[in-house]
Amino acid sequence: MTDQAIKTQPGLMARLFSKGPAMPGDAYGAPGMGSSTSIAIATTIVLFLIWYICTGPALLGIEPFVNGLFLPSPAAVWNKFATVTTDGYQGRTLLEHTQFSFLRILTAFLLAAATGIPIGIAMASNRVMRGIFDPPIEFYRPLPPLGYLPLTVIWFGIGETQKLVLLYLAMFAPIVLNTRAGVRSVAIEQIHAAYSLGASRAQVLWHVILKGAMPEILTGMRIGIGFGWTTLVAAELVATEEGLGAMIMSASDFLVTDVVIMGIVVIGVIAYLFDLFMRYLERTLVPWKGKV
Amino acid sequence: MQRLEAKEVTVIYPGLAGDEVHALEKVNLTIDEGDFVVALGASGCGKTTFLNVMAGFIAPSSGEILLNNAPIAGPGQDRGVVFQKHALLPWLNVIENVEFGLKLQGIDKGTRQETSRKYLGLVGLDAFETHKVYQLSGGMQQRVGLARALTSDPAMLLMDEPLGALDALTRETMQELILDIWRETGKMVFFITHGVEEALFLATKLIVMSPRPGRITHTYDLDFCQRFFETRDARKIKSDPEFIKVREDVLDIIYGDEAAVQTANGS
Repeated sequence: MTDQAIKTQPGLMARLFSKGPAMPGDAYGAPGMGSSTSIAIATTIVLFLIWYICTGPALLGIEPFVNGLFLPSPAAVWNKFATVTTDGYQGRTLLEHTQFSFLRILTAFLLAAATGIPIGIAMASNRVMRGIFDPPIEFYRPLPPLGYLPLTVIWFGIGETQKLVLLYLAMFAPIVLNTRAGVRSVAIEQIHAAYSLGASRAQVLWHVILKGAMPEILTGMRIGIGFGWTTLVAAELVATEEGLGAMIMSASDFLVTDVVIMGIVVIGVIAYLFDLFMRYLERTLVPWKGKV
Repeated sequence: MQRLEAKEVTVIYPGLAGDEVHALEKVNLTIDEGDFVVALGASGCGKTTFLNVMAGFIAPSSGEILLNNAPIAGPGQDRGVVFQKHALLPWLNVIENVEFGLKLQGIDKGTRQETSRKYLGLVGLDAFETHKVYQLSGGMQQRVGLARALTSDPAMLLMDEPLGALDALTRETMQELILDIWRETGKMVFFITHGVEEALFLATKLIVMSPRPGRITHTYDLDFCQRFFETRDARKIKSDPEFIKVREDVLDIIYGDEAAVQTANGS
């Protein structure tokens, strides 16, 4: 074979910049095809290695590039994780801190779902309700929680109520807006079909609209929970001694950076597990999503 | 003796520019027991509006529709509706969809299932009771929709382009199925389609509608479906010179209307 171009597969650069199909069987013009799992794993490993090397592992005989006060080594963070798990930080173990945060998020989430879903349905199906709720929700939704945090402290004090209000507000808007969009997405044919089969208004609402809106309601709940974890540190910022967010804030005051990083990783992992759980719920509760 | 009478039915929508759109103007139509009425027409001729008024989804601006001498005031079980698509409930399986209307009426499960199975058998889906509706092909989904509309034993079937989203082969099979079910159940049918051949093949009475304002301009009494029951040879009927003659006549009318719409839209 004399022609090199025929037997060689095009390289990464050739594939990225080629205008047509790179090779027979490749799809033309479909951006981002193929699995990205292996690349994602590689990225994670590389980031971790950079962290590892920057902190100067004695094992490799490298001097640290960064002071351990600013960036502790992975091993130090891991050790801290073990210590805080067993001995605790500021009088409470990691599990206890997690339980406090978890309970706050769960309570706020239940309140947000119990109010947000009915209000979302009402807004979608009634122009008066839409007129009443749309301005306040659309006004506060883009505000950063840290922006209205002082106001919640002034109004609700520094107790549990203030924390719940902040978390509630973060979760309420996505749940309302997704429920509203879900109700709007129910096909008029489904509603008409139910009416022509003799359904009453209440039956249409329960058997058709609520179920038809379920996929988007669950999406709203998933996004809401995510926002809850995002807002956790802000919610536990003021005069709080227990909870993952409080632990991180207190540790940062004393420059205990390994606890800060450990806390961030724990929140990240828990939030991710929550997201996986919500996606699992979506698959089991609304298996028809995206198929009709 | 079942009968549906549309008397001077007019539907006027408020237009965007403050003007009025006369979707239907003084439309009269009588459907008798055993009639298979097909409505055909250029887009915007008001055929779907007409069906929606019959179904009770839209109240007419003036005029009225009587079903067995009683005016239609809203949707009801005496009129079964089959839609083009998106009308099944994906969270229910096949038989749950079919028995949905009976369940709303509070009929007990045994009776519900017995009735549903009867109609599932009629549309040839006995073996698919527990399938998810989104796992079925488009043609099978329409069969489920048809069975669901039949369960409440309505006086008439209203079908809004039920075969419009199907491929050509499935559509022809479905046409024959619909004819067989119509003959077996004796329901009055009002059927909307864009397909001229489909219209001629199915109809005992074909109405051609024209837009601006929406009205019935031509009516044909046809018997091609009766010939199908005798010969069971759909292709032969559709290639018969007589069939082709009517087809061309109707196409002339529709193309004329379509051209008029294009001109009026300035495109």
